[in-house]
Amino acid sequence: MPGWVNFVVAGLLTGAVYGLMALGLSVIFGVVRVVNFAHGEMMMLAMYGVILLQRWAGFDPLVSAPVVAAALFALGYALQRGLLNRFISRPEHEQFILMLGVAALLTSSMLMVFGPDAASIDTSYALDSYALGSLILDKVRVFAASGAILCMALLWAFFRLSRTGKAIRACADNPVGAAVAGLDVNRFYATAFGIGAACVAAAGTFLLLLVDVQPYLGADYTLLSFVIVIIGGLGSMPGALLGGVLVGVSEGLAAYFVAPSLKSLFSYGLLILVLLVRPQGLMGRRA
Amino acid sequence: MNRRQGLALALAGALLVAAPVFVGPYLLSVLIVFLVAAYLGQCWNIMMGFAGQLSIGHALYYGLGAYTAAALFAHFGTLPWLGVILGMAVAALVAASIAALSFRFAVTGVYFALLTIAFNEFTRILFEHFEWVGGTAGLFLHVAQINATDLVHLRGSPGMFYYLLLALSAGALWLSRALLRRRIGFYWLAIREDEPAAAALGIDTFWMKLAAVTLSGALTALGGGIVAFYDNNLYPDTIFATSRSVEIITAPIIGGMGTLFGPIVGAFLLTTMGEAMTDFGAEFGVPGLKQWLYGGALVAIVLLQPAGVWPWVRDRLGLGEGLR
Repeated sequence: MPGWVNFVVAGLLTGAVYGLMALGLSVIFGVVRVVNFAHGEMMMLAMYGVILLQRWAGFDPLVSAPVVAAALFALGYALQRGLLNRFISRPEHEQFILMLGVAALLTSSMLMVFGPDAASIDTSYALDSYALGSLILDKVRVFAASGAILCMALLWAFFRLSRTGKAIRACADNPVGAAVAGLDVNRFYATAFGIGAACVAAAGTFLLLLVDVQPYLGADYTLLSFVIVIIGGLGSMPGALLGGVLVGVSEGLAAYFVAPSLKSLFSYGLLILVLLVRPQGLMGRRA
Repeated sequence: MNRRQGLALALAGALLVAAPVFVGPYLLSVLIVFLVAAYLGQCWNIMMGFAGQLSIGHALYYGLGAYTAAALFAHFGTLPWLGVILGMAVAALVAASIAALSFRFAVTGVYFALLTIAFNEFTRILFEHFEWVGGTAGLFLHVAQINATDLVHLRGSPGMFYYLLLALSAGALWLSRALLRRRIGFYWLAIREDEPAAAALGIDTFWMKLAAVTLSGALTALGGGIVAFYDNNLYPDTIFATSRSVEIITAPIIGGMGTLFGPIVGAFLLTTMGEAMTDFGAEFGVPGLKQWLYGGALVAIVLLQPAGVWPWVRDRLGLGEGLR
């Protein structure tokens, strides 16, 4: 088997985690119409939460996932309720500026608390792998991808089956109609923002199995989330997964065939191409 | 312009011209940082403040100007000013291409802003692998004649660069004022306020927006080219950093987007407070204070005074509408 197959499979698995991260952004933009420029920074916050939980309580990151997801849900809910709801009707660029400010505050606060050095977690299975013939799968990557896919399945069920999920979709489709039907739109906006934050927190936990965290990481992942969501199509759940997998695989292939440091070049190139040729994204509906 | 306004302008101008005589080398370097921020903010303001097109990737044009001038000088000894002009041409070409592609394919709002970031990042990674300009190891210019004043070769003391940048910023102020009084300025404001309505009135919005982006990009490159000869070192990850793009837009937002003096006032506030924070942080070993200030300032201004500090100050000083 050629050597690149391992890179493609690793890219597929990492891509599933990217998909979950981008899904959070997609939910927030699709429902609340707020451009969350602090998305990667929120993930970085969750990653430090996982690190603290391991240092203080000895939690395995997979155990920490629901804890930090709940914490970020609360943070996202409060942020939307306390700050962002009053920006819904304000010009778009004011939301951008607000979120850019929030992002800078999160990054610098983490820098003050944890310093600029990279931090990582220890797991007993960090170096284990499964071997399928000559195909080698890192255990951490398999766990991360399974966790991400489980979260996405839960989310899909939530939006399709639960009353709250349906109400949120109603608010996204037509806020005025939803309000007329008696839904508290602002509350559901806050819930949706919370869900988006919880997604990115879970994604951050899984990603921490694969990479180290440092305060400046946030901006890169914010951009990566945007790249994925735009490639896949804003507001499309399968689109986020597809975009994540495409970016994951392209990173893997770029690392194998060209140079690891050039991997983001292909993601940005893909983004520019999609924006110009098919701005609604691969799976998106034309607005 | 009434008497009070004239007096305020003359006073501010005199202070800025006289400043290098009274301050030491450290304060002079802070003032240079202030002028660079003011000038780049003025350039960005033409595109966003006047024409309403949000760019969060202005480090791209800054970097193209800086790298073109510096690399030509380092490799061929090209006259710096010629390099700077070529850098402006490169940046104008790139800006026009990005604008033409985006506006032709109806990429607007959020998507346009993201596209500017994408091109910025794309170029940063390209330059990190562009060995002719040093790649990640950086590009260095020979530091010489630190006490001389050689405007032709852009080699000289910080004082020379201070006056050069002051002239540049004054020029940008004059240009912005002139543009706003002309037809194109009114077209831009109309597009910023309501693009479909502007198009319905017969304004060629495509070319007007393209003109704003191109002019803003070229002027930003002019700043980048000159600052390259002051800094004498260029690294892709600082020159093209997205955090630099955010810094460029912070000053005019704090000061007041779309106003003439807003970028200057905002740059002054941010630079002085930022330097104080940096010193304070270094003293007590707290990193990231400056960035915290920038973030806090952005949040505070959007919440409390979305029009910016300058319009508020202007009204408190009784300077009236004339000084935009």
